[in-house]
Parts: sequence; structure tokens; C-alpha cells
Amino acid sequence: MRKLVTSVLAGIGLTLACGTSVYAQEKSLTIFWAEWDPANYLQELGNEYEKETGVKITVETTPWSDFQTKAFTEFNAHGDAYDMVVGDSQWLGAGSTGGHYVDLTDFFNKHKLGEVMAPATVKYYAEYPGGSSKYWAIPLEGDAVGWSYRKDWFEDPKEKEAFKAKYGYDLDVPKDFKALRDIAEFFYRPDQKRYGIAIYTDNSYDAMAMGFENALFSYGGELGDYSTYKVDGFINSDKAVAALDAYKELYKFTPPGWAKSFFVEDNQAITENLAAMSMNYFAFFPSLINEASNPNAKNTGFFANPPGPDGDQFAALGGQGISIVSYSQKQEEATKFLEWFIKDETQKKWAALGGYTCSAAVLKSPEFQNATPYNKAFYETMFKVKDFWAVPEYAELLQQLNQRVYPYMIGGEGTAKETLDALAADWNATFKKYGRGQ
Amino acid sequence: MATTMITTLDRSSRAAARGLSDISIRNLFIIPTVLFLIVFNIFPLIYSLGYSFTDFRASTNAPANFVGLQNYRDLLNDPFVWNNFAITAKYVIVSVAGQLFVGFGVAMLLNRDIPLKGLLTTLLLLPMMLSMAVVGLFWKLLYDPSWGVINYFLGLGNFEWLADPKMALYAVALTDIWMWSPFVMLLSLAGLSAVPKHLYEAAAIDRAGPFYTFFRITLPLVAPILMIAVIFRTMEAFKTFDLAYILTSQPTAELISIRLYKMAFQEWQTGRSCALAYIVLIMVLAITNIYVKYLNKVKER
Repeated sequence: MRKLVTSVLAGIGLTLACGTSVYAQEKSLTIFWAEWDPANYLQELGNEYEKETGVKITVETTPWSDFQTKAFTEFNAHGDAYDMVVGDSQWLGAGSTGGHYVDLTDFFNKHKLGEVMAPATVKYYAEYPGGSSKYWAIPLEGDAVGWSYRKDWFEDPKEKEAFKAKYGYDLDVPKDFKALRDIAEFFYRPDQKRYGIAIYTDNSYDAMAMGFENALFSYGGELGDYSTYKVDGFINSDKAVAALDAYKELYKFTPPGWAKSFFVEDNQAITENLAAMSMNYFAFFPSLINEASNPNAKNTGFFANPPGPDGDQFAALGGQGISIVSYSQKQEEATKFLEWFIKDETQKKWAALGGYTCSAAVLKSPEFQNATPYNKAFYETMFKVKDFWAVPEYAELLQQLNQRVYPYMIGGEGTAKETLDALAADWNATFKKYGRGQ
Repeated sequence: MATTMITTLDRSSRAAARGLSDISIRNLFIIPTVLFLIVFNIFPLIYSLGYSFTDFRASTNAPANFVGLQNYRDLLNDPFVWNNFAITAKYVIVSVAGQLFVGFGVAMLLNRDIPLKGLLTTLLLLPMMLSMAVVGLFWKLLYDPSWGVINYFLGLGNFEWLADPKMALYAVALTDIWMWSPFVMLLSLAGLSAVPKHLYEAAAIDRAGPFYTFFRITLPLVAPILMIAVIFRTMEAFKTFDLAYILTSQPTAELISIRLYKMAFQEWQTGRSCALAYIVLIMVLAITNIYVKYLNKVKER
């Protein structure tokens, strides 16, 4: 009898527990993203959504270093731990062809997002394959590479005078890559523990690609033809070779031990008085205008990636779109959240919190452009961005770029031409392996 | 009489086990262990062997296609993979030789009557008790050209330990030597303390020099235990991942385990990475077999 009573009570308890769990699940959504400030802003925005609808939004984060691995491990397991993911732009091919992302084409067309969002964000954060009008994400966090610099160093009359005497023109925000190089050389003073420039040099994931692309695109070079997958004559063109040489030249003026540097180190270059100029994604700039994290906040200025020798001006795209995970049990609820997210007023709130809206109207508004010292440069950049390959095998292409470019950049092995010829051969073989453009 | 005693004890132990038979007790311990081994070791091993003959990519929902020995052929013809093996071999040689030299040397120094010997031995063992990740981050700071203490004390200025392609691998090996020399020291101390004292006394009576004593008495008698240390450390050094991964991203320090990780979990070339894992496994087994054969020869002497 005692056993029977215990069993019945346990059964009731279990039923109640499951019932509560199901109820709780219906009223909550989990978004997966990398660990950085914009994820905190998205959580704040999610809290607003909860106040309005009662649906709890949890933004789960993981360090950038294992963001890709963790997300794809969950996708590969067909797990429903995440209802939405703010995936990197390169993931679009793998996410869509792998069946991990929900097709959002109807949603996209219904809300005319192609007209609402900035063109580059639609092209690179949402559409795959390029030009197919198939959409797998909603542009969420716009981002691109820009530059921060030490205004106090640049505006020092003695420095200005010395610079003019040496280079024959005024020390100012660099007007082109040549000026960028000259300024980096000018401020390179190891004996004073001051250095010219901080650039991306790390060879893990996409750091090296994102850094090099800023020179490549502005020098008029291309990674390849995205529609035919032809790379020979593109990634190893004369312009691409000149761009790689220019990027390597900048490495000469970096602080010591700068061979494994990405966004954290590049912000440190400014906060720790190491470099005159520093490359970084705009999304990492908020901490540079915060006096608590940057003692030089008042003396930090920002500028867009400068043009190359022929006047081409582009920058490497960062940023991400938000996708619904196809294994989520709450896709309908997730769609409702996206409908709320794309509203004009939500996009304004998103921008006000510090998120980089992709809404063209908000980006163009004076409120947005004057909100921070770098928003104007961000706005200008977002209309001049290009991205890495978004094919499912993008990680192999990144690895091959790291294997070829890094030894040349950091170790000085071979020449720029040899490096890029070898990279073109690697990429050709990879595209051939996956039957692209054959 | 003895048989009776054992029977009596067996009976009482059975009673203590509340009526469970010896076979039940044995099964209670063995079956879960065997099941655990099958589920977590043997099954994945066989499963991954199957995958190594396919073009499977875990990041896609596409089925695995049988490609025969293609993955093995591609890997063995890939100069980057061979380069990773060469880097690993260099790392294993430098790291294990360094540990052997330092560990055995310190053991020789400690194998004499010195004050606070016990405390000193315990303190020297501390590095190997730390986690690899902690050691990696700690040494990364020590090596830093701007604020690291190594350059400060050695007066090396801005010398780049981890950023210099030529130096990075040796910097990782140096950290590994610091961490694992105590292990060799511990085994060596055990070996040295087991050398019969009368052999040294006899050598002293015969007026044998320290050089002769070391090479004719100490080393031959400690060699078997040193070989065990070499086997363990070689296997460990061959699969080093965390230390090198944390300390540097230099391609010149990209060990085969790092390449394997990137291939499997960053590029999602699942089939190919399984094949690479098998190549590594075969290599480790081959090296270990050579060592074990040599160890047996040393023992026979």
C-alpha cells in the first residue's frame, strides 16, 4: 500500500513537473550568439520583448574562439537547445544547405526586407546562394572593419611639424593606404615603446582573412568570382599581390609580439598607449569611448578604411544575421520575435542600446550618425563592404588562406605572388572537390 | 586447513554482501566496466574507422558516401599534413629529451643527503600538478615581450618567444619540459634509490671514478625505469594539444593534434579527420612498440 501511494505521488509530481516545463518552454526563446557587447544589448532588447509579450528571451553566449564549434556541434546533433542563432555571415552556405536554418524567403518578401535593410546586409547576412533571392536570416548586427586612432598624438603640433617635414603633407586621418603606411612608420618608435599601427594577424578562424581583405578590396583586388568560383586571376592578380605586400608592410610597424592579434589585442593597442592607429570591427569600438575601459577615451578618434592607390574604398564585412534553427520546437514563436524585431521602433531601440541596426532608414538618420564618434564612419563603411566566401566549405578556405598568407606575413617566407598563386591553387582544388564551377 | 579457512571467509563475505554470489559481485563490477568500454571506447573506434572511408561532413545533413582509401591517400599526399608530422616529431624529440635531461639531472642531485630533501622534492613536483590550460596561460604571460618576466630577467629586450616562427615550437617545448621534468625526476628517484649500495661500495674499493660509476652502474640499472618514463612522455608529447594551442598560433608550432582538431571541428571534414586520427594512432602504436621492444632488451641485459 505504502509503495502504491509513493508511486502515485511520484507520478503526479512527474506529470506536474513536465507540465510546468512544457508551459515554461512555450513562453521562452533562446538565442545563441558570441560573447561580446552586442549580445548584451540584444539581451536588453529581449527584456523589452518579455515586458510586452511575456515571452522570455535568453541570449546564450560563448567566447568567440569556440562560437562556431559550439553552434555547429548543436546543429550536427539536430539539437533544439537554441531557437535562433546569430550566425556569422560565412555560415549561410553551411547553415542553409545543411538544413540547419529555416527558409525565411517568404518572411523576407512579406515584410519587404530587401528594401528596408541596407543592401550589403541583405546580400551578405541573409541571401544564399548569392543572387538567388533565397533568404535564411534577418540582418541583425551590421558590422565592418574600421579604424581608431590617437587624436592627441595626431594633433600634437610638434608631431604635425615633424611629419610635414618628413613626408611633405599634413598629418591627419589617412586619406589613402599610402598615408596609412606613412603614419604607421612615423609613429613607430620602439625606444619609446610607441608603435605605429595595430592590425589583425592571428591565423585562427577568420582574423587574417578579415584583416587582409581591407587592403585587398581597397587595392581593387577580389577573392574570386562568387558566381563562377573562379579564383585564378582574382586572388593572385597584380592588385591582390600589391595589397598583400601593403598589408605585410604595415606589420613592420606593429608592437612587438603582434603575430597573434585579433580584436582584443587591437583594442588594447589603443587603451595601453601602444599604437597610433588600430584596426577593428566597429562593434568593438563602444569600449574605446568608455572611460572606464579606455583611459584614452577622450583622445580616441575613428575613421573608415581608407581607399587604395586607385581610389577604391572598401572594408571587410563583419556582423551577423539572425536565423531560426530548423530543429527548434518553437519556430512559430521565434517568427513572432523576428516580426517584432524588424519593426522600425524596435530597430531604433536596438540602435539606441548600442546594437548596429541594419535598417537603412535608421542608419541614414542624423540621430544614429551623431550618436557616437564612430557611427558616421560606420554608416559610410556599411555601404562599401565585401565579404569572404559563404560557401559550406568556407572553413577549409579560411584554413588554406591562413596556411598560405600567415607564413608570408609573419615569417617572411616566399613572395606575395608565390603566396597568392599557391592560395589560388588550394582554393581551386577545394572548389573542384566540392563540384563548384566545374 | 587453509582451504577450510578460505571457504569460511568466502561464506562470511557472501553474507556481508547480503546474499549476492561471487559471480554476481564479479558481474556487478565487470559488466558495467565492459559496457562502458564498449559504448565509449570500442564502438566509437569502430564507428570512426567506418567514417574514415567516407566523405562524411558532420556539418551537413548529406549521407556519407564510401570513398575507399581516398582520405588516406589524400592525407599521405598532403604536404601540410607531413609538415605537421615533422613539427610534431621535432617537438617530441626536443621535449622528451629535455625532460629526460632535466628530470634525471635533478633526480641525481636529490639522490644524496641534503637538508629539506622532502620539501624540495614536493615543491619540484608542483608544476605537473597544475592544469595544462593554467600552465599555458601562465607561460604566455611569462613569454610576453612587453611585460613578461623572462625577457626582463634574461635581459632579452623585446625578444619574441611565441610570435617568432622559428622560436615558437621551442617555447612550447620549454614549457612542457618545465611541466613534466618532475615526472621523470620522480621515476628516476625511484630507480636511483633501488640501486644496491654495495655496488657503489665495491666500485669505490676498486677506485672507480664517478664517470665510470655512472655509466657502468647507475645508468644501466636505472635505464629500464627511464625507458618507462620515455614511453609515457613520448605518447603524451605526441598528442600534446592544449599547451601549443593556448600558447601560440604559429604554423611552425601546429602539431598534428591541432591540425586534427581544426579538420574535425572547424572545417567539419569528419571522414578525413577520422582517417587522420587513425594514421596518428598507428604511428603512436608503432613508436610505442619500438620502445617496448627496446625496454625488454634493456631488461634482459
